[in-house]
Formats: sequence, C-alpha cells, structure tokens
Amino acid sequence: MKISYDARGLAEPDAQAPGIAKIEGEGPQRQAVFDAANLSIRQINLELRRLVYAEGITGVTIQNPGAKHSIAVGILTRCRITIDGSLGYFGCGLIDGPEIHVTGRVGWSVAENMMSGVVVIDKNAGSLAGAALRGGDLAVRGDVGARTGIDQKGGTIIVGGNAGMMTGFMLQRGRQIICGNVGGGLGDSMYDGAIYVGGKVASLGVDCVEAELTADDHELLERKLRIYGMGPQGSFRKFVCGKKLWNYDSLEPAERKLVL
Amino acid sequence: MCGIAGIIHRDGLGDIGSEMTRMLQSMKHRGPDSSGFALYGRPDDLFVMRIKLADPNEERDFGWGDRLERHRNEIEHRLAKIGAMVDVIHSDQEYAYRVTFRYSGDLKPLADYVEDVPGCEVLSLGHSLEIIKDLSDAESVAQRYDLAGFTGTHAIGHVRMATESDVDISGAHPYWAYPFSDIAVVHNGQLTNYHMWRRRLERKGHRFQSECDSEIIAVYLAQKMDDGLSLETAMKQSLDELDGVFTYLVVTADALGMAKDEMAAKPLVLFESPSLVALASEEVAIRAVIGHEIDTYDPYEREVLVWHR
Repeated sequence: MKISYDARGLAEPDAQAPGIAKIEGEGPQRQAVFDAANLSIRQINLELRRLVYAEGITGVTIQNPGAKHSIAVGILTRCRITIDGSLGYFGCGLIDGPEIHVTGRVGWSVAENMMSGVVVIDKNAGSLAGAALRGGDLAVRGDVGARTGIDQKGGTIIVGGNAGMMTGFMLQRGRQIICGNVGGGLGDSMYDGAIYVGGKVASLGVDCVEAELTADDHELLERKLRIYGMGPQGSFRKFVCGKKLWNYDSLEPAERKLVL
Repeated sequence: MCGIAGIIHRDGLGDIGSEMTRMLQSMKHRGPDSSGFALYGRPDDLFVMRIKLADPNEERDFGWGDRLERHRNEIEHRLAKIGAMVDVIHSDQEYAYRVTFRYSGDLKPLADYVEDVPGCEVLSLGHSLEIIKDLSDAESVAQRYDLAGFTGTHAIGHVRMATESDVDISGAHPYWAYPFSDIAVVHNGQLTNYHMWRRRLERKGHRFQSECDSEIIAVYLAQKMDDGLSLETAMKQSLDELDGVFTYLVVTADALGMAKDEMAAKPLVLFESPSLVALASEEVAIRAVIGHEIDTYDPYEREVLVWHR
C-alpha cells in the first residue's frame, strides 16, 4: 500500500482512490455509481474526485453513505451527484457548481460556504444548514434545525418544513424561504437580505422587522417553490433588517451606495 | 466536544452492552479520553453496586495491590456492618468491582459508609443500573469489563473529551445520581451556574465526587423527583434553572429522556420507532445499531422528550 502524507505530515494510508465505481455509457453520457458502505470518508471523496475530475464524468451516484461526515466537499465543477442515503456533518460544503441530490437526511452545516450550484435534501437537515452560503440554492424538503443560514452572504435557502431558533442569524445577503414555522429570534442581528416565512413566527430577533411583500417577492416565491415542489403552510410574510443597528463608521463601497 | 448516546428497547430486552459499544465507538473522534456506559439489566431484588478503588492512571507503589485488597475487604466488612447481605463481589479490574447484595435500609448512609473507605467511589447503585466507565475508547472498555453479553432494556453512554476536569474515572460520564437508586445522566456541553447549584445541593446533604459540571445534572434531577416531580417536569425545570449550553440524556429504571437547552448549540439526532428509540450526537452512532435505511431528526431548542420501556 502506498502511504502518502497530508499537509500536517500525518500518514494517510487510505489516500488513494479505491477505483471501485461502475461506469456505464459512452462519452459525455457516462454515469458512475459506487457503494460507500465500506469506504472511509477520505476514500469516498477521493473516488468522487477521481470520477469527476480525472474521468470527467458528470453524473455520479454514491450509495450507502451511512451518515458519514464531510462527503462531497470542495467539488468545484459542474456535475450531478446523487447521494442515495443520509449524510453526517458538513456534507456538500465548499462547493462551486455541482447539483447534488441527497435522498436522505443531512446533519449540521450542510452546504456551508457553497459558492454556486444546487443542493436538494429530500428529508430533514440539522442545524446551521447553509452556514455562510455565498450563492446557489439549498433546498431542504423536510425540517431544519437552529441557526439556518447563519452568516449567509448570498444564494437562497428553501425549507419545506419548519426551522429552529435564530433562523437567519447574522444574515448578510441572500434569501431564505421557510414554508413552515420558525423558532424564536428570527433574523437576529441580520444585516441585509430577506426571510420569507409561510408559517408561524415564534419571535423576532434583534433588529428584524416585518416588511411588505412586493411583486418581485411573489415572483421569487412562486418560482422557487415551483422548482423544488414545495408549498407554504399559510400566507408568506417577509422579514428584513430594521437597520437600527447599522452604526458603521466605515462602509464598504457597495454598502455606501445603498445607504447614502 | 464529547459524544452522547442512548437506546431504549420498548418491547423487551436487547443486547445493550454491544449496542452501546458500537454506538460509542462510532463517535470515538468526539472524545478519546474516556468511555462510559449506564446499562439497565433485568431488574432484580438484589442491589447491584459498581465501585472503583483507584484510578488506572494513578501512580502505583509496591503496596498498591495489597492496599486495594485491604480496601476491598473493608468494604465487604462495612456492608455487612450496615446490614447488607453481600451476594457476590466480582472484580472486573484490580481497581473496579461489581457488588450484589440484599439491603432494606436507606441508600445514602450505605453509600457514604462505603465511600469513606480511602480511594473508594460508588459509580452506581440500584436494582438494575450498572455504570461502567474507564479510560480509553468504548471497545477497549467493553472488552475489559466484558460487556458484550450484557442484555437489558435501555442504556446511555458517553465518550469524553476532557475540557474542564481531569482525565480520570471520576471525571468520566455517566454520572449516577447519588444517593438515588437507578438514575444516571450523560451530558454534552457546559453549565455556567455549576458552582451555585453544587453549593445548593451540598447544603441538602449531597456529595460530589468530581469537579465535572455534568455531575450536577444527575443529582439535580433526582432531587427534584425525590421532591415529588415527574421526570419530565424535572427536566423541563432544568431548562430554566441550569445555565449554559447543554444537551443531556437521563435514564431511570424505566425511562430514557433527553433535554436540549434554549440555544440548541449541542447536537442530538433522534430515531424513533414503536419498538426502539436511539439517539446520539451523530447519526453514525444510530446507524451503528440499525442496519436499514431510517428517518431521523434533530430535536429543537428547549425540547424535552421522555420514553418509557
């Protein structure tokens, strides 16, 4: 077995892609599938990267992920990945471009720091879904935990069910569409962006206020919910930053344009 | 970080020793310092008491073994003196014992009298609860204490990454709710009003064997139940009276409960079916005991759930 070493100098005995995927089809239509049941996290990601980058395959299915952590992270190219099962923490993070479909549930921090692409979760997600999301769509058909989209800087998070407390905490830009109920402290300390809630709101967070829905808002809601096949539990309400805490003495150029 | 896990068979017995071992071992990365089990076997008329007389990592002199033997004999003597009829004293390790006995008196004086023997700590006491905890990972502890064949109804466990107290058995979870029979707790988080509650409970006559904040929760809940509250009500009160970030699991002779604080900053994933409930800090632990595809969810903030067997 070839042993390689990571950046910290630690041995990585499983640093080679296992090369077990079955590949079917020809040319750009090739599809790959592999069973992750007996693979380590490192091996799963190496196999995925081998297929996507070295083989150039744009359709990969991972079976039996077993709720392992940090699967399908750092994929920076357009491709379609189906994860047939559930993921643990930090799944699909730091991605830029792929469309990922998870048929099960995901743990904390799914799609954190996603730059672009689409992540669709068929069941529930844990806390911190879409943390620091930069772009793309994260769609969760089930419920999500606390602090959804914390520090979100762009993109759209769509939740078919309920969301926990502090949803949209420190939201900086981007949109959240929650079809169900949300817990206490909605939009606490949000800077910008918009949160749409179809169910009940337990309480608003600091500097979060309700706003009128515009025609553009209705268009956005209709379009996103149609794409992901979701619907609200009631009429949507919109929540934005009250800007009472905007005490900047040095504004970024983009913010300066908006404020001044 | 730490990892916690719980399992309850609602319709009979299960291999809870090996099940909890697999659950904890799958979360080894959350806490390599120690592993602990609170296992509920078949309820018996006899009391079962788990004790330790020393720590595995303490300094050993030439008289160490002889001293442990003397202390073990002293415990047997004291149990007889206080009116307990000892059935079996079994040694799992040279410093850890399982004692079964008949006894009809108050547990507090018995526990106090036994713990008065130098180095002795009662890890658990009850008719079905047995707490086994030691240094290293779950598989190693399970092997050393022969937990593979342990059958029972429910269990909780803990893998510990020591942050606020020593790496020793006293600092390892689960914690027995001294001096109350058959109650134990595992906890992931930090309590910020630990010293205040410790002083309050000490004024009520309770003793604490560790400097670990988690020990408070077990005694706090047991005291509430002794005051007449249900387990669920006591747990709900804990959400208001205990400060900090926490998710904890509690077990009694016939129930398993979970509570999550208002910040929901410590994870817990839950699987529930008519015959089995399994919950853990990470879903990999649940999947370690359930082979087929399952639906799971995260309990929300300020959530308290209790399942009875």
